Amino acid sequence: MTRRLFVPRDAAARAVGADKVVAALRDETARHGLDVEIVRTGSRGLFWLEPLIEIETPAGRIGFGPVAPRDVPGLVEGGFAASHPLCVGRTEEIPFLKRQTRLTFARCGIVDPLSLTDYRAHGGFRGLERAHSLGAAKTLEEIARSGLRGRGGAGFPAGIKWKTVADAEADRKYVVCNADEGDSGTYADRMIMEGDPFLAIEGMAIAGFAVGASKGYIYIRSEYPDAVRTMQQAVALSPLDGFEIEVRVGAGAYVCGEETSLLESLEGRRGQVRAKPPLPAHKGLFGRPTVVNNLVTLASVPGILADGAEAYAVLGVGRSRGTMPIQLAGNVKHGGLFEVPFGLTLGEIVDDIGGGTQSGRPVRAVQVGGPLGAYFPRALFDTPFDYEAFAARDGLVGHGGVVVFDDTVDMARQARFALEFCAVESCGKCTPCRIGSVRGAETLDRIIRGDHAEANLALIADLCQTLKFGSLCALGGFTPYPVMSAINHFPEDFHVARS
Amino acid sequence: MPTSWNPSQASEIIRRHSGRDGPLLPILHDVQAAFGCIPAPAIPQIAEALNLTRAEVHGVVSFYHDFREAPAGRHVLKLCRAEACQSMKGEALAEAVLRHFGVAWGGTTADGRLTVEAAYCLGLCACAPSGLLDGQPLARLTPASVDEITREIGQEVGR
Repeated sequence: MTRRLFVPRDAAARAVGADKVVAALRDETARHGLDVEIVRTGSRGLFWLEPLIEIETPAGRIGFGPVAPRDVPGLVEGGFAASHPLCVGRTEEIPFLKRQTRLTFARCGIVDPLSLTDYRAHGGFRGLERAHSLGAAKTLEEIARSGLRGRGGAGFPAGIKWKTVADAEADRKYVVCNADEGDSGTYADRMIMEGDPFLAIEGMAIAGFAVGASKGYIYIRSEYPDAVRTMQQAVALSPLDGFEIEVRVGAGAYVCGEETSLLESLEGRRGQVRAKPPLPAHKGLFGRPTVVNNLVTLASVPGILADGAEAYAVLGVGRSRGTMPIQLAGNVKHGGLFEVPFGLTLGEIVDDIGGGTQSGRPVRAVQVGGPLGAYFPRALFDTPFDYEAFAARDGLVGHGGVVVFDDTVDMARQARFALEFCAVESCGKCTPCRIGSVRGAETLDRIIRGDHAEANLALIADLCQTLKFGSLCALGGFTPYPVMSAINHFPEDFHVARS
Repeated sequence: MPTSWNPSQASEIIRRHSGRDGPLLPILHDVQAAFGCIPAPAIPQIAEALNLTRAEVHGVVSFYHDFREAPAGRHVLKLCRAEACQSMKGEALAEAVLRHFGVAWGGTTADGRLTVEAAYCLGLCACAPSGLLDGQPLARLTPASVDEITREIGQEVGR
């Protein structure tokens, strides 16, 4: 009987040697004359265990990780016995996975990402079928009732956006999937594209059906070559009639994750943001009404349709309904993707789920929501993961990235980096962002040197007000979050002269 | 391997995208894949084909970090400088890499073998610090990785 082995083809798994492990597995199993099939899946998202090999058994999949090529002969020789030191038992029983509520990521890491048979066997296209049976108007209602909000960071209700596009009169409409996942500490879009790409396609097709669009674009950043390749293959295999999808690749501009800048880029221009209004829902791509949603937002849609809005809306807290794929990253012991209903506290996420730092040193700061997100000190670890609760503490949930730093971090340098990053990535359209970021970085250099620290900190606070209220988009508008949170929560780092 | 500038090959690339809406970025990506950069004579040619000004095309080329005016080295190493990699001492590692190859950010070694560039996030943030070598992902980089990278790009010697 053929035994089935599963090894991820996810870029992070490949980056730590998954391909070499597969080559070793092929050699060793051939040498022993074993009949095995190696299925390349997405990642389960338990990155400290990558490369994670799983073997199918009557009791479920048994995992081994992290596996190096040199471990393979022993694993094959021992018949993948549970007594092997790298055995993590049944993958589903690993607490990090068992504690999750995997809706959007239900298939990721389990199926062959390019197998439509696998996709259908694991519930794929049920959402689209239900949308077709409900009709466009009821599909819109379903999304509105689910409480789904934009997972890219802005948290705008998807139902309202879709309704606006559906109600707009135009000869053509578009669906644009924003997969320009530039926030450091985030990789949820990437995991779906590499591990369950048909899910994004199904979500886009449902959006197209609901709003009356027959063309969709998926804009993927060029820093994700694996995702681009897998997504292109999936689009070519897609069996959907009446909804055409084109994959477009970015060219290394962070600001193109901002929706209007992304539209400019798709149209073939410099990725400079547009002033709003008009909203993309009224005048978006090529001047037509356009749904622009983050990939995770669209990937949440098929499940909502398949299982009903209520099943989704009962999860979460306050106005943050459903699940969020939290992405633990940086200096964390158990880095990985944790999909869970909104409401866990930051402390639970970092200490209980993440297991503290990888370096073993104390956690000092956690940046939530990417490079434009605030740095949180331990004192704010009681903040629940919820759009409003984070906003109330001058932070943001963003795209769900949580980057952990130990006590060796220098927060003045992190604040400087936030401004430097803004300067590097500014599209140049508005003055506060274009010039303020450069002047801000220079001013932080003076603070770091100990040159009139008090006066310069006051200048930074004033500049941040200008950035926050005077910038056209979130790049300039949110850069004050990391800067001011670093200054307010870690003042001791701004009052020492460095060599 | 990129070839030297060839206007008829560029025409062919432009033609291939003629049915698309907003074809400029796909054209530029393919031109760069073919020639290793966006050669100066490509700009008026693309501008004319798309009914744009040279300034508009040049503006797009210069806006995006990916597009080059001159070819990179034979290998390209992108190292992530964003926060998740910073938290895992990525900056120290990057400095060691730059020192080892004797280049600054964006620079190419004297023998043209390697260009080292900064990237801001590669989505490998749970296995930081990370990089991309000729499009292949690398993660959990350590000082020992510098030697591995050297070996990897050294394999071309004598080829």
